[in-house]
Amino acid sequence: MSIAIRPRTATGANTLTAGKLPRGTAWWLLVVSWVIFTVIFLLLKASGATANFNIVGALFFGTVLFDVLIVVISRIVEGGRKAKDRLITSLVTTAFIVTLLPLVSLIYTVISRGVARFDPMYFGDSMRNVISVGGGAFHAIIGTLEITAAASIISIPIGLLTSVYLVEYGRGHLANGIRFFVDVMTGIPSIVAGLFAYSLFTIIFGPAFQAGIVGAVALSVLMIPVIVRSSEEILKIVPNELREASYALGVPKWLTIMKIILPTSIAGLTTGVMLAISRVIGETAPLLLTTGFTTSTNFNLFSDKMMTLPVFVYTQYSTQGPIPAPYVDRSWTGALVLILIVMLLNLVARLVGRAFAPKFKR
Amino acid sequence: MTATAERPKGIVRPKAKVRLGDRVFSLTTVLSGALILLVLVLVALFLVVQSIPAFSAKPNALPGLTGSFWAYVGPLVFGTVWAGILALIMATPFSLGIALFISHYAPRRIAAVLGYVIDLLAAVPSVVFGLWGVLVLAPFIQPFYSTLVNTVGWFPLFAGPVSGTGKTILTAAIVLAVMVIPIMTAIMREIFLQAPVLHEEAALALGATRWEMIRMAVLPFARSGIISAIMLGLGRALGETLAIAIVLSPATVINVFLLTSQNPNTIAANIALQFNEAQGAGVNVLIASGLVLFVITLLVNMAARFVVNRRKAFSGAN
Repeated sequence: MSIAIRPRTATGANTLTAGKLPRGTAWWLLVVSWVIFTVIFLLLKASGATANFNIVGALFFGTVLFDVLIVVISRIVEGGRKAKDRLITSLVTTAFIVTLLPLVSLIYTVISRGVARFDPMYFGDSMRNVISVGGGAFHAIIGTLEITAAASIISIPIGLLTSVYLVEYGRGHLANGIRFFVDVMTGIPSIVAGLFAYSLFTIIFGPAFQAGIVGAVALSVLMIPVIVRSSEEILKIVPNELREASYALGVPKWLTIMKIILPTSIAGLTTGVMLAISRVIGETAPLLLTTGFTTSTNFNLFSDKMMTLPVFVYTQYSTQGPIPAPYVDRSWTGALVLILIVMLLNLVARLVGRAFAPKFKR
Repeated sequence: MTATAERPKGIVRPKAKVRLGDRVFSLTTVLSGALILLVLVLVALFLVVQSIPAFSAKPNALPGLTGSFWAYVGPLVFGTVWAGILALIMATPFSLGIALFISHYAPRRIAAVLGYVIDLLAAVPSVVFGLWGVLVLAPFIQPFYSTLVNTVGWFPLFAGPVSGTGKTILTAAIVLAVMVIPIMTAIMREIFLQAPVLHEEAALALGATRWEMIRMAVLPFARSGIISAIMLGLGRALGETLAIAIVLSPATVINVFLLTSQNPNTIAANIALQFNEAQGAGVNVLIASGLVLFVITLLVNMAARFVVNRRKAFSGAN
């Protein structure tokens, strides 16, 4: 690799930039490629070949065109090694952009289709005696709130206590075993959790017992490992000096944990718990098996079937009436409400985590 | 002070006073830890107990159940694994790319935001993915399927007749891929960020391009992490239920044709579709198929955890 090969293009007087593409070339090329395909797709629409303007297609093919262009240009100007680097850079960027396309498409569709029934009636009415248009998801929202609350009441104490055990007390085989199997439990398929809760209550209360509490137990099986892992990470970063200072003052261990360690890490714990809630609130499969579905509002967790929002979305789609449109509309609005709840939980969780993060420096 | 003065000579180590509060508290934490292990054991136990009647279930207890239990569950196991593998084939390169993009390519300032955007994908409930898959993706992609069958239909994977609705196993696998990408990306990103910075800087200082640096310093370091990320993604893909139940138009078959309307169903989707209509022994058959799924995912997850735990503590939960 002698230097003599390098300046193959004697374009500029400045030898430092010779044989290199000008800064920002990649970005310009990307924009130009997108514009080219936007124009192409607009022309296709104008000529009537496609029904409506395909923004996803334009972005996708534009990005692919960019990948080809940048490698060819770089190969000519900069040589093989650089061209390979550019190729990987553009491929990596393409992977990111292409993955964003489903997300953008999904959010766009859910919002645009969901607003159709995003009205007071949707939040005030149940589906009782509703045949076609009208009706709402009041019963489903009540069910989701109650079942998620019950699942949280079961999971949060168990999850927090276990993580306290793992960080503060746990030594040896039991702790390692718990840690390993908690990790494994995060991978339990949600439907298996549903089957477990169903079997448990079938054995105790007789066959085909479907009620809100069964769903709450199923969700807890999914929720506990998530809480344990996130709380463990948070408790681990509480500085040891705090514990030692507390012990040195003669404070018992359990009071140290209750009054020093938990308050110090309360923000992180809250974040973890809220993320766990947001993760199970959209679970459909276990609730489909354990709480069943119904059209009327049921406030009682301990008897009779209960509707939940994810199951509502599913059943409205899967069992459409003779005129499908109102059912599909209700389904999309349910999806919109669900996404709003999950995003809100996520956002609040992260804000809480940031706002109340432990301040070590005074 | 008086206490020490009264103590007899000799080395008696002062014993910490055991308080009731300490006893109770530590016991509670141990119990809740043990409870988790108990739950895992109970899950297995109850599934086994409820599965036993399935092996003596009469034919026609469920639609499609004609012979023995294993003949019923065989196509489902195949469909589960097949859909999972298809999803991973698509998701792995993308996850690698995104993880590299966020950890080594994107400008530092926006990298965290980009990571959050990908995490948003993980926050979307699976039923919404299913709805999107069947009402947006399937109609969008069906013309491409027709073209594929017409042009390269001689290739076994793309054999016809093409599905008119686009509700094929390939569509389901694409939805699955989109769903597991955030999980795999999160793990890979974490592993890539742990790659020793000194090695990276040394490679760059020797004149390596960015890709050469990644190939020499980052990828060898991250190999086991990538493998376990793939396996964790597989575990998630195998257990996914509603997205497949909505998107796929199932049949009781074993085939590898990607674009027809005769698709092998998955265990989880089959349970979701049949459970509320099933009665008597039919329920037991479904629970037994759930047990099979549980065992498969447990093995995959344990293998993945075993690989990743040798490296650094990381879980899908954070």
